[in-house]
Amino acid sequence: MTIEAPTAATARRTGGRPGDTAWQTAQRLRQRRRIRRLAAWGVPVALFVVIAVVGPILVPYDPVTVRLADRIRPPGTVLHDGTRAWLGTDQVGKDLVAQVLQGARISLLVGVATVAVAGLLGLAAGVPAGYFGGAIDGLLMRFADLQLAFPSLLLAILIAAVLGRSVTNVIITLSVTRWVTFARVTRATTLAMREREFVTAARATGAGTRRIMSRHIIPLTVTPLVVVATVELGLVILAEASLSFLGLGTPPDHPSWGLIIANGRNYLSTAWWISTIPGVALSVVILAVGLFGDQLNDYLNPKAVSK
Amino acid sequence: MGSYLVKRLAYSVFVVWGAVTIVFVVVRLIPGDPAQLMVGAEGTRADVEALRHRFGLDQPLAVQYVRYLGQAAGLRFGNSLRLEIPAADAVTQRVPATAVLAGSAMLLGVATSMPLGIVAALHRHSVLDRAVAVVSLIGQSVPNFWLGIMFILIFARGLRWFPSAGTGGLEHLVLPATTLALLLVGVLTRLVRSGLLDVLDEEYVRSAYAKGLPVRRVINRHALPNMLIPVVTVVGLQLGSLLAGAVIVETVFGWAGVGRLLVDAISNRDYPIVQVAVLFITVGFITVNLLVDLSYAYLDPRIRYR
Repeated sequence: MTIEAPTAATARRTGGRPGDTAWQTAQRLRQRRRIRRLAAWGVPVALFVVIAVVGPILVPYDPVTVRLADRIRPPGTVLHDGTRAWLGTDQVGKDLVAQVLQGARISLLVGVATVAVAGLLGLAAGVPAGYFGGAIDGLLMRFADLQLAFPSLLLAILIAAVLGRSVTNVIITLSVTRWVTFARVTRATTLAMREREFVTAARATGAGTRRIMSRHIIPLTVTPLVVVATVELGLVILAEASLSFLGLGTPPDHPSWGLIIANGRNYLSTAWWISTIPGVALSVVILAVGLFGDQLNDYLNPKAVSK
Repeated sequence: MGSYLVKRLAYSVFVVWGAVTIVFVVVRLIPGDPAQLMVGAEGTRADVEALRHRFGLDQPLAVQYVRYLGQAAGLRFGNSLRLEIPAADAVTQRVPATAVLAGSAMLLGVATSMPLGIVAALHRHSVLDRAVAVVSLIGQSVPNFWLGIMFILIFARGLRWFPSAGTGGLEHLVLPATTLALLLVGVLTRLVRSGLLDVLDEEYVRSAYAKGLPVRRVINRHALPNMLIPVVTVVGLQLGSLLAGAVIVETVFGWAGVGRLLVDAISNRDYPIVQVAVLFITVGFITVNLLVDLSYAYLDPRIRYR
């Protein structure tokens, strides 16, 4: 069987371009499939972001007002003020829709801020470690190993207990427990880039260390960092929820999903919806972010074939 | 082997020292004076001072640290501030409960994910493979504290098959162990599947098939032993998250293990208990990883330690 170069007609049908070889067409198709998959999982992630940003504006969360007449109403109940509580109310009559939307915002805020802080910490540690090697590298990596000897949630529990409950403290805690992954990835990339010809060339033309790092090395660490950041985002959201569930995360007036779930534990016999609904939201978000991260990795590192 | 063992042991000791130090630093930073907390609002200043002196909290930090290292070496951490028994004893009493929970979760996790992974690899891209992938993905994404609550809602409150909380016989163990095991199933199933797929491409597997061995024997005798190393490594590494997960699962199910003791001790600011509990979990994790490293030579005779 011979493989013909696509004519305009076959090209249109198969998604190739006229004049392409069969190999190029195949590559192009593969790339399209990667983009399609990326988009497919990008949609729920984007939806989560939009809901987290816009949701609390449309249905504001009020931490103060309690409506005891409407306490523990199942999803869909019409309340005394004539509004409908689509997801039910909790033990003091607060609407669960508003709580879940506010929780989405807290998850997103903590997730993004933590990944940003931990990513910057990792970058600041990993680039010099990889570039200079030697004592700096040894010290840093021993410290990283030491930290990895702790189960990360355990360290988070310990630090969160010290700092006390607040949104900022959760971000600090999780950044401290998560920077190591970022540092390791940046170090590995820097180590590989340091030996490449373009770095040697830059050095030969007289570029200083600072210029080589900022112009030639750091830009190339961005892609692996983005992939790690996406995967970590899901883990951070999970860790925040776990801390809040244990009462070590966000304070009571910030209804993060973990906190709402913990609250609902006390009313399991009478109000199943309080714990159930935020947990569903949490699981879906973690799942979507995780899959999006996987697809992003496939898209950005096409050579790493997954089986 | 000898010098490797010494080096590896020395490294483990270093890591344990690091963990001991991190715990000391973090615990001393906890705001709120435990002596004040114990005396309560009615206590006089003198009462507080007496207590601070009794627990050595009035010494300079450096002195406290050195004393603390000495105590840690001898496993003497002083009395629990609340329970009035040695903190080490309070934790040791709880160790069996946590060991039973983590151990059965691990067994359950391995026993579930090995067959799932093998089936998925042998029928790659089939409906079965997809189903296993979806299940393991969900297992990895669902937060275990919420899963535990859902189990209570369905199997304890709804169907009344199991008690919803407490420590005791097998019926108390089923729900928490299953919750904790699912944490492992997601990761392990994917690993077994991809590991087996790698091995199935090897020539010795094809030879085994070519000489007419039945599938079962090829898998059991030729393929599986060669993919055990990554599985054992990940099981060892996952023990860390399993022990951390135990903290949460014990809290959900009211299981009287080290994890719940730790969470209670944190809210009571019971320093000695917090220290011993965290150290116990960390040292357990480090020990298992040491054993995992040492087991490689047994699993793969080609590996020689120098």
